[in-house]
Amino acid sequence: MTEFFGVLANLPPLVQVPIVIVAFLAVIAFLVFIVDIAPRRGRLYTGIRFAACLLIPAGLFLALGSVWWAAAAAAVLGGLFFLLDFRARDGSGYLFQLIGFLAPAVLLLGIGLIYPSIRTIYDSFYSGRGNFIGLENFVWIFTQPSGIRTILNTIIWVLIAPVVSTIFGLAYAVFIDKSRGEKYFKILVFMPMAISFVGASIIWRFVYTARQEGDPQIGLLNQVVVLFGGSPVQFLSEAPWNTFFLIVVLIWVQTGFAMVILSAAIKGVPIEQMEAAELDGTNAWQRFRNVTVPGIRGSLIVVLTTISIASLKVFDIVRTMTAGANDTSVIANEVYTQFTTFESGRASAFAVVLFLLVLPIVIYNARQLKLQRENR
Amino acid sequence: MASVTFDKATRLYPGSTKPAVDALDLSVADGEFLVLVGPSGCGKSTSLRMLAGLEEVNEGNILIGDRNVTDVPPKDRDIAMVFQNYALYPHMTVAENMGFALKIAGVNKDERATRVLEAAKLLDLEPYLGRKPKALSGGQRQRVAMGRAIVRQPQVFLMDEPLSNLDAKLRVQTRTQIASLQRRLGVTTVYVTHDQTEALTMGDRIAVLKDGVLQQVGTPRDLYEKPQNVFVAGFIGSPAMNLFEADIVDTGIAFGTAVAEVDRETLGTTSGRKATIGVRPEDLMVSADNRGLPVEVDLVEELGADGYLYGHTDVNGQRVDVVARVDGRNHPNAGDRVFITPEPKHIHVFDVESGLRLSKPITV
Repeated sequence: MTEFFGVLANLPPLVQVPIVIVAFLAVIAFLVFIVDIAPRRGRLYTGIRFAACLLIPAGLFLALGSVWWAAAAAAVLGGLFFLLDFRARDGSGYLFQLIGFLAPAVLLLGIGLIYPSIRTIYDSFYSGRGNFIGLENFVWIFTQPSGIRTILNTIIWVLIAPVVSTIFGLAYAVFIDKSRGEKYFKILVFMPMAISFVGASIIWRFVYTARQEGDPQIGLLNQVVVLFGGSPVQFLSEAPWNTFFLIVVLIWVQTGFAMVILSAAIKGVPIEQMEAAELDGTNAWQRFRNVTVPGIRGSLIVVLTTISIASLKVFDIVRTMTAGANDTSVIANEVYTQFTTFESGRASAFAVVLFLLVLPIVIYNARQLKLQRENR
Repeated sequence: MASVTFDKATRLYPGSTKPAVDALDLSVADGEFLVLVGPSGCGKSTSLRMLAGLEEVNEGNILIGDRNVTDVPPKDRDIAMVFQNYALYPHMTVAENMGFALKIAGVNKDERATRVLEAAKLLDLEPYLGRKPKALSGGQRQRVAMGRAIVRQPQVFLMDEPLSNLDAKLRVQTRTQIASLQRRLGVTTVYVTHDQTEALTMGDRIAVLKDGVLQQVGTPRDLYEKPQNVFVAGFIGSPAMNLFEADIVDTGIAFGTAVAEVDRETLGTTSGRKATIGVRPEDLMVSADNRGLPVEVDLVEELGADGYLYGHTDVNGQRVDVVARVDGRNHPNAGDRVFITPEPKHIHVFDVESGLRLSKPITV
């Protein structure tokens, strides 16, 4: 493996690209083979399975030069295929198939999600040096001003970003609905979604940049301020307003998401209901409140909760623009900061607090989705 | 309560060259039940929506009572509409659905409750007032839609195929309920349907539309006995009237080997030596003396009391399908060859080219 990368690195860039693509496709092909082609029924597929049991270990032997790895792979593959094939005949062995298909996903979830969560909770009761200290880390968070500020900032993010994005998205969706260039208006607002948070943050940091009074301003906003005769404002330094200026970035990104979802929902409200309401004597605002909003309630909740979760977990924007300086830190940023200063216990404690804050929203979101499906 | 007048009302959809409703002239008297009927795409729903204000009027005027409402928004027209799919508000209970218009109009809570309850009693909806539309059957939803209209006490009821989502049996029941309810309330009603049976059974008068053009307006009996043109003749009545081209002879019209007597005055204005004649299935008889139109019997539909004979014949080399009513017990069988003759008084004669009626009104 190391050799392969070594050889690859020394090739000219134009040759590297196709090799990387081929390697990527080979991995995808292998995954497709395992989940789709290998489990099929029939003599041909049994042959393919048999060949795979021979070829894959042989390939491993050639690649790694170890008989043990090859033997292990042969045993696992052969055993698995045999078991699935044997037990899957005509409806019997349902449980075996279930386990066979679920195992990879469960394994990955376990390694990537469940184990780290448990480990994080465990770590939150220990100091950075590995001594058990009980709830000391949590006490630390909630007793020192910067910790409280961090939690408070996160709460401000959750209170403002989802509501404002949803209101903007909804208003925009309503106003452009059935307008002439609807498609283009939508693309315009949706475009920020395609930019990474880091990219968006860098753009906005430039927008907020302030230079000494008298110097030419390179920040868009300060240029405007100066143009109207004001003196440059340090947008990202003055607490608590700097947090709001950071929130603007998330709103800028998420409004497009809210708009697209809500626009689709608005189109799903039956036209006859709107007409019936019109005949019932309602004006446009009354129709919006009494027919449109109840009709898109489910989507509104999904949008609100999704953006709430995104705001709780916000990291990139704060990290890129202020790195948490000047009282702008949020929980996710603090997790990272504490970890890089070897305070893994405190980092874990912050992560647990974040987890506890996100959990109820996730549960509510999932239940709402289920309810919506039942209503259909 | 008020009359309704369409005065040369025209609707031309953008991008279309042919108007969906072409200079419709129609007046509905105060308290009348008028049915707009026609095949799909004939402009009947568009006409209704123009009256509701949901569709623009490109030319002409629409009046409710003496008020010209052509440019009045729907909410100020004081009309109530029952939609084909009912268009109930899914998040409101039955009572809230029915009381919504009153709430918007600012009627106080007590009066609202009284009026909703009154309407609910009228429609047997009392036990369901607290339910959401989702928890109702199709028939109940239909009644809620009716209730929503009744509670308003509007000038005019508009109904857009309100029975088409019900099953056959319920449709027949509801048909009579709506008709009697309308007569009791005495509210001017415009009712749209594509079903000619519904039109005949419910309407005080019927207006037949085709391709956006009004064909004929009249009482059900008028339309049945004196169709103004071939289209109305074929559209009203089930099974449909037999229509075919026949030769004009000295004493009347050739009807196979027999001659149907039609007075010369009627035929005098016809354009050629041919006329389109129409005879309803119940006005055709199997002749005893082998004179008349020779018909090969394809099928006899038994309905108990009587039956319908479906057959075909050749008229001047063209295959013509024929339907005739026959006795339920004593009738020819499939494969037989019979001769049929028309009841002379009930022959409808139309011009071959224009399709307009030539024969005088039938005097029975």
